[in-house]
Amino acid sequence: MSDVVATPPAVPTVKGGAPATSSGGDGFEGGIEGSALGDRIYAGVIWVFAICVPVLLALIALSIFLAGWPALHRFGLSFLTSSAWDPVNGKFGAAPAIYGTLVSSAIALLVATPLAIGVSVFLSEFAPPWLRQPVAFFVDLLAAIPSVVYGVWGIFVLIPLLRTALIPFLRDTLHLSVIPLFSGPNYGYSMLAAGLILAIMVLPYIASVSREVLLAVPRSQREAALALGATKWEMIRGALLPYAKSGIIGGIILGLGRALGETMAVTMVIGNRPEISASLFAPAYTMASVIANEFSEASGDLHLSALMAVGFVLFVITIIVNAIARWLVWEVSRTGSKG
Amino acid sequence: MFKRCGWVLGALALVACSGGDKSASTPKDSTSAANGAVASAGADLTGAGATFPYPLYSKWFADYATKSGVKINYQSIGSGGGIRQLTEGTVDFGASDAPMSDDEMAKLKTPVFHIPTVLGAVVLTYNAPEITQPLKLSGDLVAQIFSGKITKWNDKAIAAINSGVKLPTTDILVVHRSDGSGTTYIFSDYLSAVNADWAKAPGKGKELQWPVGIGGKGNEGVAGQVKQTPGAIGYVELVYAKQNNLPIASIKNASGQFVQPSVESVTAAAEGASAKFPPGTDYRVSIVNPPGATAYPISSFTYLLINKTFTDAAKGKKLVDFLRWALTDGEKDAPPLDYAPLPQSLDTRLVARLDSIKVGASGM
Repeated sequence: MSDVVATPPAVPTVKGGAPATSSGGDGFEGGIEGSALGDRIYAGVIWVFAICVPVLLALIALSIFLAGWPALHRFGLSFLTSSAWDPVNGKFGAAPAIYGTLVSSAIALLVATPLAIGVSVFLSEFAPPWLRQPVAFFVDLLAAIPSVVYGVWGIFVLIPLLRTALIPFLRDTLHLSVIPLFSGPNYGYSMLAAGLILAIMVLPYIASVSREVLLAVPRSQREAALALGATKWEMIRGALLPYAKSGIIGGIILGLGRALGETMAVTMVIGNRPEISASLFAPAYTMASVIANEFSEASGDLHLSALMAVGFVLFVITIIVNAIARWLVWEVSRTGSKG
Repeated sequence: MFKRCGWVLGALALVACSGGDKSASTPKDSTSAANGAVASAGADLTGAGATFPYPLYSKWFADYATKSGVKINYQSIGSGGGIRQLTEGTVDFGASDAPMSDDEMAKLKTPVFHIPTVLGAVVLTYNAPEITQPLKLSGDLVAQIFSGKITKWNDKAIAAINSGVKLPTTDILVVHRSDGSGTTYIFSDYLSAVNADWAKAPGKGKELQWPVGIGGKGNEGVAGQVKQTPGAIGYVELVYAKQNNLPIASIKNASGQFVQPSVESVTAAAEGASAKFPPGTDYRVSIVNPPGATAYPISSFTYLLINKTFTDAAKGKKLVDFLRWALTDGEKDAPPLDYAPLPQSLDTRLVARLDSIKVGASGM
């Protein structure tokens, strides 16, 4: 069912993929059997295009895996569990980077999701029409800011703000320091800083997809709920959001993909310390940052291989996340259409 | 409903694409630079490597092109990349801030000379507005601060050599480079030379396993973090510190003098160290903590890596001619750009060494 893709203009899908599956019914009512030579050539070309994409993906995965194999082979499972990243003595363990990537992305989603859904509900249900376009435009514009600009902004605005205001407030004023998550020395450069900057960066992705999805909910759905005597809040909670759930989750996953792979801005604010710390105020590291930091000067074979292995792990994690997301969307839309 | 599902899946496909893209971007950038080096057939010579001397090298190449008509294309992709490309034979010469290791030398098809060009120096910068005159530090103190053994600014050991200076009572925040860098190599080489514990761990290298502190990307990353954080101390290149007017610590040298880093005190360090080089040295030597009352102790050569033999005689001759020019006239361009030139005595020795580069098909 999900293969019936009617591509809205906002989301560019992979070219070639969509026509290949539905080429039979597109224009020629006579059907594809026994059609002219031109049609068969066309179909063949499209097939090749469609197959190119997964083959390319597989080849990239294979080449990264082969480049990373010496390190993966040498360290085995300890590559994933060890915290030692010591280029001088040739010991490599990616656990802190894996942890940092997952945790910073999780913080980003925790912060960005409520904001993004709030923005999109406001835009689709509350905003007067004259305000809707400008606000939507500015939210989308957040996605157009280059990553390195976010990083510079992080260093000069976000970090001082964290160090002088937010962290002291959380730790001392609210006395959250009893929880290890909010304790420890305050440098500003931290997992929290990385999570917050990622939150701003993924916000437009989630907000924009959610907004389109909410706008696509049929009027009848809203009117039915209101006609039953629901307040506006009840209508949004009971009729609108459940209807749009699968689309919103898709938007969140789109944001997650961006957060997992983001490199430059995170490298500039996370403090680049390969250590797993219980505190969000402590400096940390991410997989993408390790590669960006060390690739240009890595000359030892094992070091290079370890960096490629980190890349491969990141690749695998991205695939797993996408698989879970697809399953989630499928699950939600299946139960959604039953209920 | 169904339509929307399909659309969401389309968006998911995008996630997959963009995720892969990001993680691969760094390797891709450097290979495209590699291709650039190969493709630049318009240039007479191509080289690749260290970023630190790039501002000076680019001036050299421009001036030399005007003077002799020889065009040299240089890709500043980092020392590691330069060594890799030279090993693969995709460039005519390499450049590196740290001397090549024996392992790296063993992989070369053609043996190379390390030709020092100018000196790099590493300075300590700090954020302590209370300290009005340059802070004094010894190598041993720096090692203890960067290994987390000294954690307070008003530690007795720091106060002892800074008498009369009002030291802050705050914690010291160590800031180091997070990216692989010749700067880190020079700094850790020095600390290994003056502190036995440091030599054991973390040791010396372009990337280290740091005992404490946070990492900044590039000189600007370290300087930015130090500037922003009261109580921070970090190390950056002399050139960068000079051009940005950062507060700089005086370091105790081998003669017991506290020396501010400057173009002169760094050249003096090379003078002191090179006096002791044996006649046939390959210049893969450390010059940290050298003798000399005015020598600044944390410095190192940056090198051009030149094949010992050239099968393409025309190319080899062009390169040797360029080097001869660079080591004589070219050195005069260094001080205005805040690079420390080699001492005169060393230039003379290096120019003599150039004559031993074999140019031509069969090692004539």
